[in-house]
Amino acid sequence: MTRKQRRLTMIGGSLAVLAIAAALVLNAMRDSIVFFSTPSMAAERHVPPGKRFRLGGLVQPGSLVRGDNLAVNFSVADGSMTLPVVYKGILPDLFREGQGVVAEGALDASGVFKADTVLAKHDETYMPKDVADALKKQGHWKDDYGAKPGATAASAPAQGTSK
Amino acid sequence: MIAEAGHYALVLALALALIQSSVPILGARWGDHALMNVARSTALAQLLFVAASFTALVMLHVVSDFSVVNVFENSHSMKPLLYKITGVWGNHEGSMLLWVSILALFGGLVAAFGNNLPLSLRAHVLAVQGWIAAAFYLFILVTSNPFLRIASPPIEGRDLNPVLQDIGLAVHPPMLYLGYVGFSISFSFAVAALIEGRIDAAWARWVRPWTLVAWIFLTLGIAMGSYWAYYELGWGGWWFWDPVENASLMPWLAGTALLHSAVVMEKRNALKVWTILLSILTFSLSLLGTFLVRSGVLTSVHAFATDPARGVFILLILCLFIGGSLSLYAWRASALKQGGLFAPVSREGALVLNNLFLTSACATVFIGTLYPLALEVLTGDKISVGAPFFNLTFGPLFVPLLVAMPFAPLLAWKRGDLFGAAQRLTAAGIAALVAIAVLFAWTYGGATLAPLAIGLAVFVIGGALSDLAERMGLFRVPFGIAMRRGRGLPRATWGTALAHAGIGVALIGIVCETTGNSEYIGTMQPRDVASVAGYRLKLDEITQRQGPNFREMIAQFTVTLDGETLQVMMPSKRNFTTRGSSTTEAALLTRGASQLYISLGDINAEGAIAVRIYHKPLVLLIWWGPVLMAFGGLLSLSDRRLRVGAPKPAKAARALQPAE
Repeated sequence: MTRKQRRLTMIGGSLAVLAIAAALVLNAMRDSIVFFSTPSMAAERHVPPGKRFRLGGLVQPGSLVRGDNLAVNFSVADGSMTLPVVYKGILPDLFREGQGVVAEGALDASGVFKADTVLAKHDETYMPKDVADALKKQGHWKDDYGAKPGATAASAPAQGTSK
Repeated sequence: MIAEAGHYALVLALALALIQSSVPILGARWGDHALMNVARSTALAQLLFVAASFTALVMLHVVSDFSVVNVFENSHSMKPLLYKITGVWGNHEGSMLLWVSILALFGGLVAAFGNNLPLSLRAHVLAVQGWIAAAFYLFILVTSNPFLRIASPPIEGRDLNPVLQDIGLAVHPPMLYLGYVGFSISFSFAVAALIEGRIDAAWARWVRPWTLVAWIFLTLGIAMGSYWAYYELGWGGWWFWDPVENASLMPWLAGTALLHSAVVMEKRNALKVWTILLSILTFSLSLLGTFLVRSGVLTSVHAFATDPARGVFILLILCLFIGGSLSLYAWRASALKQGGLFAPVSREGALVLNNLFLTSACATVFIGTLYPLALEVLTGDKISVGAPFFNLTFGPLFVPLLVAMPFAPLLAWKRGDLFGAAQRLTAAGIAALVAIAVLFAWTYGGATLAPLAIGLAVFVIGGALSDLAERMGLFRVPFGIAMRRGRGLPRATWGTALAHAGIGVALIGIVCETTGNSEYIGTMQPRDVASVAGYRLKLDEITQRQGPNFREMIAQFTVTLDGETLQVMMPSKRNFTTRGSSTTEAALLTRGASQLYISLGDINAEGAIAVRIYHKPLVLLIWWGPVLMAFGGLLSLSDRRLRVGAPKPAKAARALQPAE
């Protein structure tokens, strides 16, 4: 092999690996990315049943019903729309009525959101960032969400929690 | 008084860093030895002052001086002493102070032990360290000063985030930072080489031990963080592809590539330009990680900071250092002489392949981490890129890497014999095929990929062992001679084999954990029994207890296997009154490398409690693997070759260049 051939082999090999990596990324981008919606955004976009997305909003006060065997029903509201959610499992430590929640799953044929994961990725104002931004955008942000325990100083460090 | 002293020491450290970053460069330019030696003394003095500053902050936390904002916000007088100390770096300001302290520590180590470096190289390296240090001192003093006072001091503090009140906080961040920041040394060496326009095999010899130290700590830090998340977050996951985890994985991938390319450069004087680029990229990714975690641009488990001023400041540092070093690279890299040539099938070729796959894998993690941020900025759409994305990109890229890994140490430098290497791997290959066949038969109808992945892991471990056996002449010469040869092998050879085997061990753990889990999720009354994977867990009672700064509800389970009582497990749920938040303390029962895992949910009106019980087969291998890798790294580090013989002048090294 000459010097030039060796170099070409190297460059060819590198390009091949990069091409494979790029193809993998593009393929994964198509299938495995989940969008975030509030109930009204989900209605606007006519999300088809079975399409996975992340639903965010406030847990509607008084909507939480615990069934047998850890089955849970609750509604997620964003001020203008509500969406019923069913979930089976243990709710995270910081799940509370009237506070923010993000659930991942898909709508079923009857328009009920079947969640397989309920996240409580909050800061200490009990408001997930995505939810807070979406609510602010729709003008439903109330400053008193921020007046929860311990959130007095503006420099309060955000608090990570469990999922 | 202590706070002011700490603040003052930090300002002095900044002044010293500014001197360290300018005077030695002038000295190197003018060839003035005295000025170049300034680098050494300032680096040591800087370490002294920043250590004093850090000690001051620790003392403030220990004595619970709530007139200091940082202590007030993150401490509580009732908190146990250990958490008072670890709480120092459980918040933004303190963790940045730890960051610069470790940076100064590495600078000090180079100054103290770098006597065999050429004077101008040491001056340049320490000057670059000085630039980084100065930037971060400024960042702390301007935006994140931990020594600020409150005008009217409160009586009690606001307590540390309960999730962080754990022994994991004592170990994980310092380890991780020793890794992250340790890569600053190879960065400084790379920039110094570019400034000097001179680089040779001796350079790689100086850089390799520092890179190895950083890599060992980063490996342990990531593994430790993963185990911490596993037992603390209460749902048994050990890797979430969370942006913050990715931020530590990217420097690890690039650093691993750097370790391997530095070997090529040291032994064969090739891949110089690439090694320099990798050094720059690795530390750039460390800086990117610091930016992602510290700027609050992500909301994730670790996002403590939410102040945009900080984000912009770190972004500026990031652009300055990454942009600056890459421009310098573009300008000067062509001045570096190219080294020895090699055939595609050779040890060098295999290491290039390793680098290709590691950097491509790193690039996919980079895209998966930053794409959602970019998309949100550009279109406002919010997306989440989670495990499915990384399983589809990162996974397939690691498979060829692992298949090729056992071959590399068996190939000769310059021109290798692939067929010969394959012959020597026959035993490992057969072991892998047997493992696949047995697992297919055993888990008939189960996941198809799992047996293949285990087979790959067996191949990797078998390959590492065959390499050792081959070198020792095991089964060919009498056992005693083989053992003697084994002792005589360079420690780096043992290190390589152990580190490579560690990857296989971790892979077995990962596959078993993801496919072989059994779980029970339900509500239990006292005296109820749950069965998981043959174990019977009886809930004896639920009790309440008052801890130092929390109340906890403890459930007591008795675990039996085949009628034999094994142990009592006590998972609990803690309620921290000061912050009004609760944490779940999982209980773990270790059987060999497998674990039973119980975490609690809420208690309902009838006194029944929600429980999650997992049986995780061979889960501990996930962390034993990295520990084995780190141990391999440590063995390599203790190799004679790295301790002596490094201070070879460039000319001698050049004479070793092969005739091509």
